[in-house]
Parts: sequence; C-alpha cells; structure tokens
Amino acid sequence: MKLTVWTYEGPPHVGAMRVATGMKGLHYVLHAPQGDTYADLLFTMIERRDHRPPVTYTTFQARDLGSDTAGLFKRACQDAYDRFQPEAIIVGASCTAELIQDDPGGLAETMGLPIPVIPLELPSYQRKENFGADETFFQIVRHLAKPAEKTARVSCNIIGPTALGFRHRDDVQEITNLLYELGIEVNVTAPMGATPGDIARMGQAHFNVLLYPETGEQAARYCEKTFGQPYTKVVPIGAGATWDFIEEVRRHSGSAAQIDSDCLRQSWWSRSVDSTYLTGKRVFIFGDGTHVKTAARIARDEMGFEVAGIGCYNREYARDVRTLAKDYGLEALISDDYLAVERAIEALQPEMILGTQMERHIGKRLGIPCAVISAPVHVQDFPARYSPQMGFEGANVIFDTWIHPLVMGLEEHLLHMFREDFEFNDAAGPSHHGGHATPQTAPAPEAAPQDDNVIWLSEAEKELKKIPFFVRGKARRNTEFYATERGLHEISLDTLYEAKAHFAR
Amino acid sequence: MTDRMTPPPALGCRSAPVLKQRGQREVFCGLTGIIWLHRKMQDAFFLVVGSRTCAHLLQSAAGVMIFAEPRFGTAILEESDLAGLNDAHAELDREVETLLARRPDIRQLFLVGSCPSEVIKLDLSRAAERLTQLYAPKVRVLEYSGSGIETTFTQGEDACLASMVPVLPATQERNLVVVGALPDVVEDQMLSLLADLGVGPVQVLPARTIDADVAVGPNTVFALTQPFLSDTHAALIRRGARHLAAPFPLGEEGTTAWLAAIASEFGVTQDTFDTVTEAPRRRARQAVAQAAEALDGKSVFFFPDSQLEIPLARFLTRECGMRAVEVGSPYIHDEIHGPDLDLLPAGPQISEGQDVDLQLDRCRAARPDLTVCGLGLANPLEAEGLSTKWAIELVFTPVHFYEQAGDLASLFARPLRRKRILNGPALEAAQ
Repeated sequence: MKLTVWTYEGPPHVGAMRVATGMKGLHYVLHAPQGDTYADLLFTMIERRDHRPPVTYTTFQARDLGSDTAGLFKRACQDAYDRFQPEAIIVGASCTAELIQDDPGGLAETMGLPIPVIPLELPSYQRKENFGADETFFQIVRHLAKPAEKTARVSCNIIGPTALGFRHRDDVQEITNLLYELGIEVNVTAPMGATPGDIARMGQAHFNVLLYPETGEQAARYCEKTFGQPYTKVVPIGAGATWDFIEEVRRHSGSAAQIDSDCLRQSWWSRSVDSTYLTGKRVFIFGDGTHVKTAARIARDEMGFEVAGIGCYNREYARDVRTLAKDYGLEALISDDYLAVERAIEALQPEMILGTQMERHIGKRLGIPCAVISAPVHVQDFPARYSPQMGFEGANVIFDTWIHPLVMGLEEHLLHMFREDFEFNDAAGPSHHGGHATPQTAPAPEAAPQDDNVIWLSEAEKELKKIPFFVRGKARRNTEFYATERGLHEISLDTLYEAKAHFAR
Repeated sequence: MTDRMTPPPALGCRSAPVLKQRGQREVFCGLTGIIWLHRKMQDAFFLVVGSRTCAHLLQSAAGVMIFAEPRFGTAILEESDLAGLNDAHAELDREVETLLARRPDIRQLFLVGSCPSEVIKLDLSRAAERLTQLYAPKVRVLEYSGSGIETTFTQGEDACLASMVPVLPATQERNLVVVGALPDVVEDQMLSLLADLGVGPVQVLPARTIDADVAVGPNTVFALTQPFLSDTHAALIRRGARHLAAPFPLGEEGTTAWLAAIASEFGVTQDTFDTVTEAPRRRARQAVAQAAEALDGKSVFFFPDSQLEIPLARFLTRECGMRAVEVGSPYIHDEIHGPDLDLLPAGPQISEGQDVDLQLDRCRAARPDLTVCGLGLANPLEAEGLSTKWAIELVFTPVHFYEQAGDLASLFARPLRRKRILNGPALEAAQ
C-alpha cells in the first residue's frame, strides 16, 4: 500500500477512455462497479465535450457479485451494440472487475457480434493512465489496420493525439498545416478524430508522425515493423525542435519545399533586450517525459534559463529523462509522489517552475512563479483560443506563457529604482493589480519564525526591507543560512552583504 | 399541531407507482461523501483503502481543494497487497503509523472501504478495532464502506454516520439529536431557531469535533436534515432513539413543517412557534418569490443523484410553481421520503434506480425546461438544447432552512435566466 493524496495519472482504463473518446464510431464496454462513471466528467467538464464519452459501464453492485456479473457484462455489451451501432467495440475491466475475474474479452467474443471486438488487458494495480492509452491504441491498430498500397502522393499518419490531451487539439492543427506546407498529405490522424474505418487504412501512409510518444509509441513501432512505415523521433515543441522535425520529415518524404517561418516571433522576442533579464534564471522542470524533454531544450537553448532541476512522473520515460538530465549535469527526479517533488523544489529554490497543475500549486505555496507545460491540467488549460505547443506558433505561445509569471525586465528595473515611491512600494502590490490592490500580507517566507539563534540587527533589517519583495524572502533565507553556517548570532549590515556576495552568481 | 402545515394535496405521490429500473447508473460512489464530511469534522482523517481509481475519483471530485493539505487520502493497493491478505494488514498499520505521525492533530480516523477492498474482503472492521486499541485514547479509529458496489454518492455520509452511532456515549436524558452534515452557517441558524423555540438540549451529528457531547439513549428523539440517512436512522433506532418524521427543511414550507414536528414533540405553544418563525418565514417567502420568477410554470426532470430529489421536487412544485415530469432518486425509503412524497402533487413519474440510456430517452422525449443531473450528463444535454442544473452543487452549497430558501430557488433559476440572456436580442440581431 502507498498513501496518496494526489495522483499524476489516473488508472489505465481512463487511458483507454481517452482513446475511445478521441475516436468516432468506436464504443468501449467497461466492466466496472457503480461509481466509475465519475471519469465521464473529466471529458464533459475539463475538456468541455458536448457529448457523453462512448463508454458503457456494466455498473455491477454488491448484490450482483454472488450471481452473474458475466451475464451482466454480456447484456451491457449487447445493449451498447444495439443502441450505438459502433463500427468496432473495445472491451475491458476496471480495477475492481479485474479482481472478480470475469474475462470481458472472452465473453464478448462468444457473443458473435458482427463487428470487430477488441479485448484490452490493462493491469490496474501495476500500470497507469498513459500506459492504458498507449496499449489501447496499439491493440486497436493491431486488430484493425491492414496492409495496403501506399498512396500515390507522399502521405503520413499523425499518431498519438487523444481526448484529454494537453493542447492536442491545436497541436494537430499546427502540425497538419506544417506538413501541408511541406507538400505532405495527412492520411489518418489517430486516435483523435479517427473512425475504425480510418484505422484500417493507416497502412497507406508512407511514414508516421509520432506526436506524443506517451500515447502512441507502441502503435508507431508496430506500424514500422508491419507496414514498413518509419516514424519521426523528434517532437516538434520549441523552435529548434521544430526545425529538426522539418529536417526529419524531409528525410522521410524527400520534400524540399521551403518553409515560411515569418510567423515565428519567439526567436526575436527572446533576443530582444527586454529578455536579457531572463539570462540564467533558475528553472525547475517537471511533467510527462515528452514535455519535460522538449521544455528543457527550450529553457536552456532558446530562453537562456539555467535548468536547475528536471524530472518526470511517468516511469516509462525514466531512462530518457535520466539521460537528458545527465547532459544538463543534473540528477533526474523520477517520482509520482508530489510531496517528493515539493521537497525537491523547496531544496532547489528555483526562480521559476515549469510543471503540471500540481507544481502550479506547489509554486503558489512557496511563492515561486510557475507555468504549466504538461498534463495533468485543469479546465483553464483547455482554452477556447488557439494555443498549440508545437510548431512555430507553439513556440510563440510557449514564450508568452513562460514569461508572463515572471516580472518583466523593465518592471523589475522600475521596482528597483522607485522602491520608495508610493505606487511602487511593497504595500501597493504588483503594478498590474492597480492602485487599489489590498496591501499584501507578508509573504510566507518572511512570516516564518526566525531561527532562534539568529537575530537581525535593526540596520540590517531596514536594508532587507529595501530589497524588492519578490526576492526578499530568498535574501532573508540565504543570509540566515549563511549566518547559521558560520555560527553568527546576529545579522548586521555587513553580514547581509557578505551573504549577498557569497551567493552571487 | 398539524394545523401549522399546509394540508397535503388531494393526491400526493406516496402511493404512486414507482418505476424501478436496473442498468447503467451514472452516479458517484459513496467515497465522494468524504469531500464535504472532512470539512465538517475538523479533527477527522478519512483514509480510503482502495485503488488508483479511488484516488483519482477523489481528486476529480475535490477539484482544487486537494492542495489545501486536506484530511483525506488513499492507501493505494498494489500488486503485492493482492497476493496475500495478512500482509495487507501489516501494510495498513504501517501507513496509518506514518499518517498519524505526520498529522498529530487527528483525533478520529475513518478507514473507508472501497470496491477493491470489499471484493478482496479485506477486514477493515478488525483493522479498526486493532488500531483503536493501539492509538487509544488519543485517536478513535472507525470503519465504513464508501464503495460503489454498496453506496451511491451521499450514502457515503450515511455509512460514515452510521458507523459512529454504536460508539456514541449512552444517556438517559431526553435530548434532540439533529442528524446530517450541514454547512456551519446553516447549522448555526438551525440551532438558534431551536433555542428560540425553547427546545433542548440539542446535539448535532456529525459534531465539529470528537469532544462534542453527542449522546443517545431511550429518551432521545432525532430529526434528519438530509434524506439520505437511512442506515443512520436504523442505527439510532437500535440505540432506542425515536425518529421525528417530517418533510425536509428545504424552502419556507419544508423548514416550517420540519420545525413544527419538533415543536410538537417538545410541547412548544402555537404562540411561541408563530413568534419565532414569523419573521424568517416572511423573509423566506419574499426571497423565494423574487428568485423563482423564472421558474413559474416551467417543467423539471430529475436524474437520480443524491436522494435530495424528492424534497427538492416538492419545493420547486409547491413554492416555485414548477411542474415535475420525472423525479428520479437512487433509493427511496418510505419512512424517510414519505412526508415529502405526501406533499408532492400527483403527476410526475417517480423512479428509483436507473438505466441511464432509457432515462435519457424519456428525458429527450419530455424536453423539460430544466433537467437536474450530474456533470457527466449536463454539458451533453446542454448541447442538445436542454437547460440543466448540475446536482452536485446542491450538496455543497448552503440550501437548507429559511435564510437559504431564496438561494435555493435561484440555483435553479440561474440556468434559465442565463439561457434567456445568451439567446437575447444581441444574438437574434447577429442572426
């Protein structure tokens, strides 16, 4: 047993639901107890879908357990077929049904439904949501995709986007446009938007574009082996990665079409002088393997940050992330325990966090700015506006998203210059809150009781107050740490500046 | 004192035929009760023994609350726990030890059973006994099931309270126990109304802390503020307490009838009753009248969710002028829901249980003006052009007693008002 409050990933059958809900004409019959329908609201609320997920639950109850849960499953399966007339059905068990050991696959097979029935084996007590999505999509492809003549024009499949994917909707559009510019047609995008009929003709494509390894890698490998379709290894998040992706696509397709990158503003924005203050900002990066790997490259090579910590929660990509961390001279944090992540962040004291919804809250608690780069995300990260992460527009979106939580360079400068000014003093709060902002209560680090052994002399205390509020907590901590380490019991003005010099980078 | 209550309609719904269906149920399991129960019981921790699905459910239902160092968590069963049961008890002991060391403020620990723990027959009641002995007197460990195979949504609160009843101190005193977790503000209003009526001593279950002196015995009478408390009802009767049957305190009429049942039991005079209730009744009627303008003459359809459906339908039909098409409830207990069914005007289909696809067919055919349903159905039905009110809000929001009557009506009126605004002249002009 393991005590958990927050989970980064749901159980594997939720991954299967993400595939089923992303597709059309496919139905999922899930052997599950009453209550597991809670997962429907992830789709209808967080993603704001306007239809119910295509999932039928057997909804067994305690009184059914002694008798015929297998019969219940068959009835649910038949009802689902009669009512929804899907092109194909996937069947599986949730964690509780796994324990009662009905075999949904075997049961469904004996029913003789006139459509393909695909059984899923999702080990709920070992694996998680991303595995469930990857495995489900792989099984669907394995059962339905047929060898086929390649299309006359160069075409590819886009693999990996699902329901409830972080920015999948807009990434698909951005990459489809990019491929179009390269003269490449998209044969099938799957699972998102595909029907079982579409899956059947995936073999026609010349190669595959794997957008999200977490949810599509098994299928991509299978297609490579079975249909001789190579797949792209670069995930086009960030300007550099996008250019590499274009190169890779050119290799697979022979396309020599010129790419118009006028819309890529991120590179200039990042070189412009107002971005100079970003240099060496220490960032901590956490999320799923793919988004973390791409974010690390953007952070270091395109934004000029210093990557202070790196990690992922899906252990399927632990090896990749460990290797990457080594390149950055770091030890990777592979954990799905958010308390471990919180401890790591606390110890590193980064100036910014790039993470998931949980890191956003950790950041809020510790007073560290944070931008969301990866699932799990909440409803506000399924925006109405176009906001891809991939391609050139994605690079623009990322630049804006990452720097908004930071105090802008000019603003930072002004705060230094006019810190005694009535509008820029601490009590006025951040400038964008206007003059009527309620005075801020002291931030948590300041309110923390001082170390019993260290006393701030009034002169040092006064000087500390002159330091802008958003770095003051850190200055206080560093100074106290410096003093404690040296066995000092009082912090004078000198101690403050000694410490500042000591920690200067 | 029955003359205080509006006479029941010529034909209520108590003997109406109930449509009972089995099939797919689109409902929460009892674990969700933890979300509001842990706010109410300030010294309690709820430890679910279950799977990743259970943890995921709690986090989906708790929304952002999960980050405020909540007093609940899940001990997730792993593969090794399924292999041998003895091991599972040692594992549980270890997790509880870690937990109580980290949270020394915890005085009551609830081990909450889930579908997986019930199916593998993990004996949580023995674990609770063992742990109680181990951590006595500081921490009391109790056990109940919030599993989906046994409980639906609010029944989780019922199972929790029922687990507390056997360990409540015994008393010979004549006292009133009011049962059901209410928001603090509502609870305070209720206590003050009862105090003004001269009723006492009054205790509340669940109390805010373990130290509150809730006691039960043969002279105890109890009233329910929530309709989903049938097991707790039975457990209290086993301890010798007597139930005061009444409609639930929703709306002006419901609150008055609920108070009247208690007043009658405690021999409160008509004069005192009128003096105490006159002003808040007037306020409630006025607030409901204002808020319910949009509801008058509209039809309403209830999907089953919380067992609050029947009293809510009674409030909406009698005080807001709505017409009920179907009133679905996950479970109906005659002793508990009867007084509200008596008042509910005949007409609507009363249904118990659910086959969600068939019920959706009925709902689509009826095209009600307002559909009360869960979040899994709300947006899909909106997309089909139906107005919905999502039901979960009714469990979290203060809706009971006089001062909240207007708020309760506006919860239902808001979706209709919103639809009118969004389909207003601007849209017509654009088209």
